[in-house]
Amino acid sequence: MIDYLLTHPFIGALVALVSLALIFGAILGFAAVQFKVEGDPIVDQLDNLLPQTQCGQCSYPGCRPYAEAIANGDAINKCPPGGQATINAIADLLDVEAPTLDEEHGEESEVKTVAYIREDECIGCTKCIQACPMDAILGAAKQMHTVIADECTGCDLCVEPCPVDCIDMLPIETTLGDWHWQPPKLPQQQFENIIATDKQAVEDGAAA
Amino acid sequence: MTKIWSIPGGVHPEENKSQSLQLPLGEISLAEELVYPLNQHIGAPATAIVEVGEQVLAGQKIAEAKGMISASIHASTSGTITAIEDRTLPHPSGMSGECIVLTPDGKDSFAKFETCENYLALDHDQLVAKIREAGITGMGGAGFPTAVKLSPRANNPIDTLIINGTECEPYITADDTLMQTQADDIIKGTQLLAHMLGNPQRVVIGIEDNKPDAIKAVTAAAAGTAIEVVSFPTKYPSGGEKQLIQILTGKEVPSGQLPASIGIVLQNVGTTVAAYEAVRFGKPLIERITTVVGEALQTQRNIKVRLGTPINHVLAEHGFLPKNASRLIMGGPMMGFALENENVPVVKATNCILAPGKKEMAPPAPAQACIRCGMCAEACPASLLPQQMYWYAQAEDYEKLEAHNIKDCIECGACSFVCPSNIPLVQHYRAAKGTMRQQAIEKEKSDRSRLRFEFRQERIAKAEAEKEAKRVTRKKAAEAAKKKIEAQKASGETPAAGNDLVANAIASAKQTQASPEEQQAKLERAVSGAEGRIEKLQQRLSETEADDQKAKLTAQIKQAEVKLQDAKTKLANFSPTANDSNATATNSNTDANDPVAAAIARAQAKMTMAPDEKLRSNLESLNKRLQKAQDKLAAAKADNADTVDALQSGVDKLKEKIATTEKELAQLPTPVAEPPAPETTDAATAAIERAKAKAAAQASMSPEDKLRNQLTAMSTRIEKAQSKLVSAKADNADTVDALQMGLDKMFAKQQTLRDELRQLNPNAPELNDANVKAESDNNSAKNEQESSETPAPVKEPDAATAAIEKAKAKAAAQASMSPEEKLRDQVASLEKRLEKAQQRLSKAEAEDDENIDAFRAGVEKTRSKLEQTRAQLEES
Repeated sequence: MIDYLLTHPFIGALVALVSLALIFGAILGFAAVQFKVEGDPIVDQLDNLLPQTQCGQCSYPGCRPYAEAIANGDAINKCPPGGQATINAIADLLDVEAPTLDEEHGEESEVKTVAYIREDECIGCTKCIQACPMDAILGAAKQMHTVIADECTGCDLCVEPCPVDCIDMLPIETTLGDWHWQPPKLPQQQFENIIATDKQAVEDGAAA
Repeated sequence: MTKIWSIPGGVHPEENKSQSLQLPLGEISLAEELVYPLNQHIGAPATAIVEVGEQVLAGQKIAEAKGMISASIHASTSGTITAIEDRTLPHPSGMSGECIVLTPDGKDSFAKFETCENYLALDHDQLVAKIREAGITGMGGAGFPTAVKLSPRANNPIDTLIINGTECEPYITADDTLMQTQADDIIKGTQLLAHMLGNPQRVVIGIEDNKPDAIKAVTAAAAGTAIEVVSFPTKYPSGGEKQLIQILTGKEVPSGQLPASIGIVLQNVGTTVAAYEAVRFGKPLIERITTVVGEALQTQRNIKVRLGTPINHVLAEHGFLPKNASRLIMGGPMMGFALENENVPVVKATNCILAPGKKEMAPPAPAQACIRCGMCAEACPASLLPQQMYWYAQAEDYEKLEAHNIKDCIECGACSFVCPSNIPLVQHYRAAKGTMRQQAIEKEKSDRSRLRFEFRQERIAKAEAEKEAKRVTRKKAAEAAKKKIEAQKASGETPAAGNDLVANAIASAKQTQASPEEQQAKLERAVSGAEGRIEKLQQRLSETEADDQKAKLTAQIKQAEVKLQDAKTKLANFSPTANDSNATATNSNTDANDPVAAAIARAQAKMTMAPDEKLRSNLESLNKRLQKAQDKLAAAKADNADTVDALQSGVDKLKEKIATTEKELAQLPTPVAEPPAPETTDAATAAIERAKAKAAAQASMSPEDKLRNQLTAMSTRIEKAQSKLVSAKADNADTVDALQMGLDKMFAKQQTLRDELRQLNPNAPELNDANVKAESDNNSAKNEQESSETPAPVKEPDAATAAIEKAKAKAAAQASMSPEEKLRDQVASLEKRLEKAQQRLSKAEAEDDENIDAFRAGVEKTRSKLEQTRAQLEES
């Protein structure tokens, strides 16, 4: 047998490779069963990246369903609240080209908003309470409702059901607590005026 | 000589400290209004405890610390609170915040301070409370509440207290001045803090060597105490907390931790003095030493300024020339921030107001591309990689920034200072750090949102499941109830249903067997009931006003009237026909036992009648039938039944018949108007007598004859029963089943009779034929009846009797025939019958009759019989 294989190196190589393939295949198969990961880690990662507004603008009923849809191959640019930052992060995670936001699902707003109920006009219908995915609206039937601003994600799902249109989406104002420095202009942006004559023109314009 | 360590990096900017040290510590006039931002320290804003219009004294608390990390605020002079409103804050954002506005009354009358000479006898908590009450915060620049800093966690024993007199930023000389003027207070304050921290092994006052006067003063004051006064080479940013710790102890504060974690507490000299004054004299933090410096000012010096004094008042006191100033900076040139608005107050952390001239501090040159020279990395006191961080900050790659420990950046600005490309590196880091902090907050919020959302989903699902469970239980309960009812039905009624026919039969039998008295009583009851009902209905009719209801009620009344009439006529008929019905009742009872007798009785009763009597009784019965038919018609009309047409035609026919009968009666010579009752009685008794006679005669008859007689009687009875059944079907009566059953029984009996006859006389097959014919006739009659739904009972018996007659005649003829002839005869008759049957079948086919199958089967049968008979004939 060994003599035969030695005299026929091609067959010997074939036998060696096949036996190696079988051994490693068995090991891999065992590992696949033994170390099986429960759940879908990619969905969790995607869900972590999404803004959790649960607004449904992506046409899925919440962020996790959209994460699952992305994991199943849906487009990653359907999340207006997350905006380009979220798209970039997801693209980074999935190692794909980052597309721009799909305008069909809404525009990325500059400022975050929070729902505000004009309490004098509220009739206590509880429709907004049922619509709120965050349970961020407090109230009872025929009692005035109010929004727990800290829990509101600004998904504006409560605006539509209100029969008296007493809900406004107010922009969140920056406070001392959450203010932070804005980055200075990049050198590239400043190069416009780096030539002396350009700078002169600007100053002249300002003077005029 | 105490050992001094060195820090990595660091820069040597122009010191510019001499300008403000030329003049002694000065004081400025009282401003027209003082502004106290509620949030001038790190932590939660204080809460105003005064109201607008309230008179306050200097040193009176006007805002209370809110929460652990917060500081109280005190009025720095006496006066009136004129407003609590939003004012521009001394903050890089230039934003507004709530401020208490005080208009001084000029008296500057102080509140009474609680002094304490033997403060070192007080315990830690009391001292901390005093410091907290005085609203002391870090005076070096950040403004962290001192009371918090002096209450380190018990698991971090403090072994070193460092008093920071470094003041490494250019231009600023406030601490220098303080050390020169209040060296004794600094030492006492240091002793106080050391006491509060449990007398650490080492207490050091660190002073840069560019402040020789301060070093001299403090060293003199510290003589005789355990406090070390250490001076070390000037280098920016030695005054940073972590940097000074490293210089004086050689220890590095771990990334992301506080100095307390390595047993060190560091306080500014200004804070030390403020804490001492607060404890010793009960004096809250209402004033501080601030450096007012810059070429745009005519006077540059250090001043003792009341907190809340607007900066434009300070500047005005120092001859500020706005056109000369490049900008206005609060804090030093390295770490301070530009003020957009001069109308902001001096706060607890304001150590310098810098108003540089245009030449002195030119606007920053435009940034150029990073050339990767690495000077920033050399300059960084925290040993970070600024150029890399710059790179990632531009790319907004916050993960990488995190990995490069951007959080350890103290934002000293050394990197920006050394950058040959004039890149504002530190601004990039600040922005990136801010964004990262923001993202962390958002992340936390989004995690909370996710939890809330998931919880909500769970709650909804739970509620849904509960609902579903309830629904299922309800459904189950309903099903169980249904089953129970069904079971009850099954146990109570199914057997009844099984015995339905029997029960019906029994009931009907009972009805027929009911005595005439009972029947009469029943009828009377029915009449009275119907009358009562009509009365009630009429009453209701008169009461109700709604039209549709009225119509309904009238219909009901009509129906009831019809019923009443029916009942009345029945009752009326009952008395005259009581015997008659009795007779029929006995008839039907005896029929089963003695059919012959009954039949004979009937026939004889009719026979015994005189022709006029006959006609009269005929007429009477016809009238009765007409009445009944009319009643039925009316009822049908009221019910809007389908049978109206059929009934109408029946009524018409009856009327016709009555007319003819009346004519016949009129033709008769003796139209006697005798009451019909006795007549019928006579007839009945006569019939009974006749029947008796017949029975007697029968007794003398041979068994065969007897059977034959019985058979004929049975045939007639079958005929009758069939006609009854037909009429019952036409009327859709309840008795159909019973009648059908009776008919079946009769057929069975006929069969047994026939068998008996056959036993006696096997050569009497003609009976079969006759019966077959009768049966087929019956069938046809049935079919006709079913297809047309018109009762045609009258014709039936005639045809049947005719058939019997025929059969009898045939039998008589056959008896004399030879077997061959008999067979031939049979064949002929069969052929005829077949023809007839086929005709009927074709007719049925043309009319698409339901019974076409039966016809076909009949034809087949006849044909097979014909063939059989033919074969027999051939054999013979």
